[in-house]
Amino acid sequence: MAELSKSDTRDLLRDAARSLDVPTRRAFIRNVVGLGSLTLLTGCDVIDEDKAEDVLRHISQFNDRVQAWLFRPHVLAPEYTAAEITRPFPFNAFYGPADAPYVDASAYRLEVSGKVENRKSWTLPELGRLPQFTQITRHVCVEGWSAIGSWTGVRFSDFLQRVGADTTAPYVNFRCADGYFESIDMPTALHPQTQITLRYADETLPRIYGFPMKLRIPTKLGFKNPKHILSMEVSDTAIGGYWSNQGYNWFSGL
Amino acid sequence: MPGQKPPLNHPWPVRLAHWAMVLAVLMMVTSGWRIYNASPLFSFRFPDSITLGGWLAGALLWHFAAMWLLFASLTLYLAYGIASGRFRKRLFPVTAGAVVHDLSAFVHGKLSHQDLTVYNAVQRLAYLVAILALIVVVLSGLSIWKPVQFQPLAALFGGYEGARIVHFAAMSTIVAFAAVHIVMALSVPRSLLAMIRGR
Repeated sequence: MAELSKSDTRDLLRDAARSLDVPTRRAFIRNVVGLGSLTLLTGCDVIDEDKAEDVLRHISQFNDRVQAWLFRPHVLAPEYTAAEITRPFPFNAFYGPADAPYVDASAYRLEVSGKVENRKSWTLPELGRLPQFTQITRHVCVEGWSAIGSWTGVRFSDFLQRVGADTTAPYVNFRCADGYFESIDMPTALHPQTQITLRYADETLPRIYGFPMKLRIPTKLGFKNPKHILSMEVSDTAIGGYWSNQGYNWFSGL
Repeated sequence: MPGQKPPLNHPWPVRLAHWAMVLAVLMMVTSGWRIYNASPLFSFRFPDSITLGGWLAGALLWHFAAMWLLFASLTLYLAYGIASGRFRKRLFPVTAGAVVHDLSAFVHGKLSHQDLTVYNAVQRLAYLVAILALIVVVLSGLSIWKPVQFQPLAALFGGYEGARIVHFAAMSTIVAFAAVHIVMALSVPRSLLAMIRGR
């Protein structure tokens, strides 16, 4: 694993402290409206919160369909030079870096299930022997900041082909060692830049960046890039996601 | 003239588009401030009490719902303004000399608001700036939302990070315009009535 300098650690902790603000929020249902400006303007609660949440959720689902329609499978995310890489690359999760899970590399098996012909599980050396590609792309966080990083690993479409995935199934679901879960649409799964990431900046993927593997999707917001993946499933139904189940837009394409 | 109806100042498409844009901009700006607070571009944050959405996800839901209203109302406003000749007749010509002249007349309290259908040079400039800022806010917003799918558009603003700054600047221009616009409308109440009744 990459050693982090003291200043790197300090920056990472600052990033973590910032992100910790998010899970302290109250329940989504009481919190969508916020009521700030409208209450101030009118002096009363002008919006029924349950109704507002219901309407907003429907519009968000409509926006999922609009984004699927806008998504062009052959348009690549911009790639950058090594000089443009953000150092240190920020840590972000629903916990601090100290709580990132430790996964035993020798015992690790990626479970593959659902609508695939070959359900065998994969060890890290087996994944490492598949053709590897490197991308230097921009990670865009839902919070607004962005950072450029270098990720190396297996083209996810190659992997899906190798396991005999039914690519007419609409979704791929992921479950992770830290309790995180995520689901993506098949066109994005088959995008040439969607990657099973095993290395960051030419080193084994560090624990805080998602060891032993993450899914790198430069055509989606950062939270749609699950880390510490234990299992994947090709499916007719999506399992939602850790954040999208709390109100973030599910498709979240870039 | 007493007893005579004033001429129709704002036909219904203008009034509909105006008030729909008011609602859309109010929702977009207040939810946008909450989104800004999640990762501030500058060394300040907006007070949470004047934002919409409660937390980041709520603000994003409002922002990406209200964008459809802004898009529809701005499209109606621009299409009508261009097709009817309203923009050409009311907003042009606008020259630097006329703006300076009318600004000085305004400062000295000599600017006439007798005929509300004729805009002075300062008004023309202000409305043109507001229209431009609305167009820029939509296009830079699209670049932030879809920096990969709309790459050529995002490149116009200097890519994703550039688009964030342009989006903020356009928002600030719209808010500044709205502040002056509201004060002016309230100081000439007939103009506010005209935007409601048309006359």
